[in-house]
Amino acid sequence: MRRHLELRPAGARGVLVEVAGNATARKLAAAAPHSIGGLEDVTCGHDTVLLVWELGRTPPHDLDVRIAELLGSGAGVGSAVLDVPEIELPVTYDGPDLARVGELCGMSPEEVARRHLAADYDVAFIGFTAGFAYLVGGDPQLRPGRLDEPRITVPAGALAIAAEYSAVYPRSCPGGWNLIGRTDAVLFDPDRSPAALLPVGARVRLVEATQ
Amino acid sequence: MTLDFSGLTTRPGTAPVGAEVIDGGSRTTVQDLGRPGLAHVGVPRSGAADAPSLMLANRLVGNPEDAAGLETTLTGPTLRFLAAASIALAGAEVDATLDGRPQAMRSLIAVRPGQVLRIPTATSGLRTYLAVRGSVDVPHVLGSASGDQLTGLGPAPLKPGDTLAFGASALALPSVGIAAVPAPRRGIAHLRLGPRADRFAPDAITTLLTARWRATSATDRIGVRLDGPPLQLADDRPMRSEGMVLGSIQVPPSGQPIVMLADHPTTGGYPVIAVVDEPDVSVLAQLRPGAAVTFQLVPHSAPRGTSELSP
Repeated sequence: MRRHLELRPAGARGVLVEVAGNATARKLAAAAPHSIGGLEDVTCGHDTVLLVWELGRTPPHDLDVRIAELLGSGAGVGSAVLDVPEIELPVTYDGPDLARVGELCGMSPEEVARRHLAADYDVAFIGFTAGFAYLVGGDPQLRPGRLDEPRITVPAGALAIAAEYSAVYPRSCPGGWNLIGRTDAVLFDPDRSPAALLPVGARVRLVEATQ
Repeated sequence: MTLDFSGLTTRPGTAPVGAEVIDGGSRTTVQDLGRPGLAHVGVPRSGAADAPSLMLANRLVGNPEDAAGLETTLTGPTLRFLAAASIALAGAEVDATLDGRPQAMRSLIAVRPGQVLRIPTATSGLRTYLAVRGSVDVPHVLGSASGDQLTGLGPAPLKPGDTLAFGASALALPSVGIAAVPAPRRGIAHLRLGPRADRFAPDAITTLLTARWRATSATDRIGVRLDGPPLQLADDRPMRSEGMVLGSIQVPPSGQPIVMLADHPTTGGYPVIAVVDEPDVSVLAQLRPGAAVTFQLVPHSAPRGTSELSP
């Protein structure tokens, strides 16, 4: 079966790499800085990786071959599985959109909370703002659409869900996702190491917050 | 975060508190060349929206090019200097005054203690850069002094009562006191077709390259929203969020393009039709609301439908 791999130009020093799925994207994003010289930035998406070279450098002509080799090699797969960080996130399900999500998904608000809590999540990628981790792996019955109108302000720590993703808003900002709960955990702190609480590829388990 | 450096006045190697903010202007922020390389945790590169102008101002005062300075937005601040300073202004043309006396752009200006620098509304362009010899001394966040509008990282915009401290430059002053640079060729920006150009109807590329686009008032350090003929999609299947580079021209469902600037989010869920060539990002960064820009393809860049990198 032919492996899906497509390279698309993104400016003079950038290439957007389309791959088959999130596991491949995370593998490439993790391996690229060690195997491809001159990179300034690597941005993992759901099934894409954006590679950006330092000013003055350009993508190598054989980039497609090198990426195919990186992905084809079994090296790193085993250790990648073993090295996945597991993070517990304490949450409380008291968000203003719990009832809305229940209506959209055909269940009671309590059922929404129960199913959301029970699932285990993986961080598919980080985007939108600092430390905003897109969590996948939730209950397939919980796929509510975004709000018709985004909120002008979503509180920091709000637990949200839209389509295939769950996330916690790291800081107060506008947001269009359904708010189903909150956490006191600090998702992003520039003075902390690591700054982002939920790194790409981490396994996230939700637990009921004890007050 | 309040800019208050009274505690730094006795720190060795640091000049005394340099200036007091009388008026902060529309939105004046501290900017250096940003914090690139943190997209994997969702942190924008930030830094001066018109980097070449900050770099020029820095060179004129004998600073390293990446020294922190001030970036104005349309209307600049009024500062009372408490210590002697060497400064320079670059970027958007403005009739700055020192104790009421006009000061030239792109030239080394000597400021005496007690003098008041006023940077009024720019006469053209949007962002003026003030470099101070020794750089603006603020705590660094993730390796940069830059104030990021998207994430709130770094110092908050200037407000009355803030105090600014300046460091000490180790570099020699340049041998020239004024930079006679040609007027920037505003209004034209070069671009390359972007990662999702193939999602657009053929007409859309033509429209992008022939229309006269006007900046709307919805313009900030995150991006410039442009007003013009809607860009039609040929493939409107929903897209997953993917990484974006500086200068990306993103097209939301309205068909009205948005050009990503220094504080742009690291990912986006709308297709990027083209990417402004990096040297021309400053053209977009200097586009005041209502001002126009047209786009041209970077010469010899890949024609639509092909890729230089096709496997």
